[in-house]
Amino acid sequence: MRRFSGLSLLLGGLSGQRRWAEQWRSPEPKRGYDAIIVGGGGHGLATAYYLAREHGMRDIAVLEKGWIGGGNTGRNTTVIRSNYLFSESSALYDHAVKLWETLSQELNYNVMFSQRGVLMLAHTVHDEQVAKRHIHANFANGVDNEWLSAAEAKAFCPPLNIGTELRYPVTGGALQRRGGTARHDAVAWGYARAANALGVDIIENCEVTGMRRDASGAIAAVETSRGLISSRRVAVSAAGHSSVVMGMAGVRLPIESFPLQALVSEPIKPIFPCVAMSNTIHAYISQSDKGELVIGASTDAYTSYTQRGALHVSMHTLEAVCELFPIFRRLRMLRNWGGIVDVTPDRSPIIAKTPVPGLYVNCGWGTGGFKATPGAGHLLAYTIAHDEPHPINAPFTLERFAAGLLIDEAAAAAVSH
Amino acid sequence: MLLINCPYCGVRPELEFAYGGEAHLTRPSPAESLTDEQWADFQYGRTNTRGLHAERWRHARGCGQFFNAVRDTTTDQFLCTYKTGEPRPNLPSAGGGTPR
Repeated sequence: MRRFSGLSLLLGGLSGQRRWAEQWRSPEPKRGYDAIIVGGGGHGLATAYYLAREHGMRDIAVLEKGWIGGGNTGRNTTVIRSNYLFSESSALYDHAVKLWETLSQELNYNVMFSQRGVLMLAHTVHDEQVAKRHIHANFANGVDNEWLSAAEAKAFCPPLNIGTELRYPVTGGALQRRGGTARHDAVAWGYARAANALGVDIIENCEVTGMRRDASGAIAAVETSRGLISSRRVAVSAAGHSSVVMGMAGVRLPIESFPLQALVSEPIKPIFPCVAMSNTIHAYISQSDKGELVIGASTDAYTSYTQRGALHVSMHTLEAVCELFPIFRRLRMLRNWGGIVDVTPDRSPIIAKTPVPGLYVNCGWGTGGFKATPGAGHLLAYTIAHDEPHPINAPFTLERFAAGLLIDEAAAAAVSH
Repeated sequence: MLLINCPYCGVRPELEFAYGGEAHLTRPSPAESLTDEQWADFQYGRTNTRGLHAERWRHARGCGQFFNAVRDTTTDQFLCTYKTGEPRPNLPSAGGGTPR
C-alpha cells in the first residue's frame, strides 16, 4: 500500500489524478480461510482490519453481496455520539468515539471525523429532566455532555428558532461537544484499504446463501454465490439482513428489520455548525462537507427489506425541521432513500458468541450503528480472536433476553435512536 | 404510502392503521412450566421474514379492529388481508417474494 501524504496528493494533482492505483485487490475467493466476515460494511471491514492488526490473523475474507459500503454504511446520516444513559452503553459507544478520534491517522485515510458537537433539544419539562438525567449519568461515566439553556443553544447553533410561538418551544438542550460526524464512504474505503494492506481478501458481489455445520454442530463452511468457502470461524455483520443470514445457521434472533429513511437537500454554503436533533418532534439534521443538509427521518411502521419507505414519514421530519429552522423552508430536497435497520427489543446491539460454536454475530444496532463502527469492529475482532467477549461487549449477549438483563436504551430515550 | 384493505371497511391509506407485528404468535401455556429460553423466544424471538410475512394490523383510526395480512417484505405488496382467528391463507410465494 502506498501511503498517502501531502506530497503524494500534490503529485497526484500534478498528474491530473489519473495515476492512482487500486486501493484494494479484487481477489477470487480461496477454498478456505481462518476467519470469514459476512458483510462488507464499515463494521465488517473494521472487524477484519482489527483481527489482522491486533490479533495477528492474516487469512481472512470479507464477503459482501453487493459492493463495499453500499448498504447501511452508505445510507446513514453519519452522526457520532456516545451520550447514552446506561453505563454499559456509554462504555460501548465511547470506546468507539475514542477510536474515531485517531482513526484518520491510524488508517492513513481521511475519514473527515469532525467533532462539531451534537445538540439534543428539549421542548418540555419531561425532556429537560430526561436530558439532565443523561448528563449526570454521562458525567459519572466520564462521558462529556452538558446542559445549554435555550439562549445558549441558539448561540451554539444560530439557525435554531427558540421563539415562543412554536407549538413545542425549545427550552434548552444537551450538548456533547465530542460528538459530530464523519464521511461514511471514507470510513468503508479507509478500512477496506487498510485491511487489504494487511492481507485481508475483500470479496465483493459474493452473497452468502447457506451455512454448513459439522457433526458437532460447529460452523464449518459458508455457501456463497461464488462457491463453497470453508472456515471454522465465521462472524456475521449483516445489519438489516442479520435474521436472514443467521437463520441459515439455525439461529433465531430477537430482531425485526425496518426501513429507516434519510434525505438530503440541495447543497448550500456552510450554514449549519453542528448536529441538532429533537426526539420529541423528531427532527434530525446536520450539514455535510459537500453542503447538503443531511436529514434523518424515522423508521416506517412495518418490517420490510425494501430499502424505501413512505413519504409521510419523511414529511413528518421535514415539518419539524422547518419549524425549528425556518431559514430552511425554501430549500429543495435532492434525494431520499431508506436503509434496513435491525432493531432489538431494548434498542441495544448484540456483539457476541452464538449457540453455534465458531459463529459470532454483530447485529441489532438498529438506527444507530454508524457511530459505533470502529468500536464494533474492534470488539467483534477481540471476541473472534479469544472466543470470549471483551469486557466492554460482555453485557451485549444474545442470552440477555432470556436472562432478563436488557440494556433498555429504548425506554431510556423513549424513541428509536 | 401503502393502501391497506381493512376486512371490515375496505381500502384505506396506511395512516389510518397501526402495525401490530408478526401474526399467529400463540402465548404458550402453562406459562409457569416454560423455561426462560422458551419464554424469551415467545416474548422477543421473531422470524423477521424476508418474503411473505403474516402480520397483524389494527385499523386504529377507523373501525378499531385488529386483522391479519400477508405482505411481501421485499416489495411491500399486500397479497391479502383476513380476519383475526382465521388461518393464514396458503399463498404461493409470488413476485420477488421468494423467502431466503
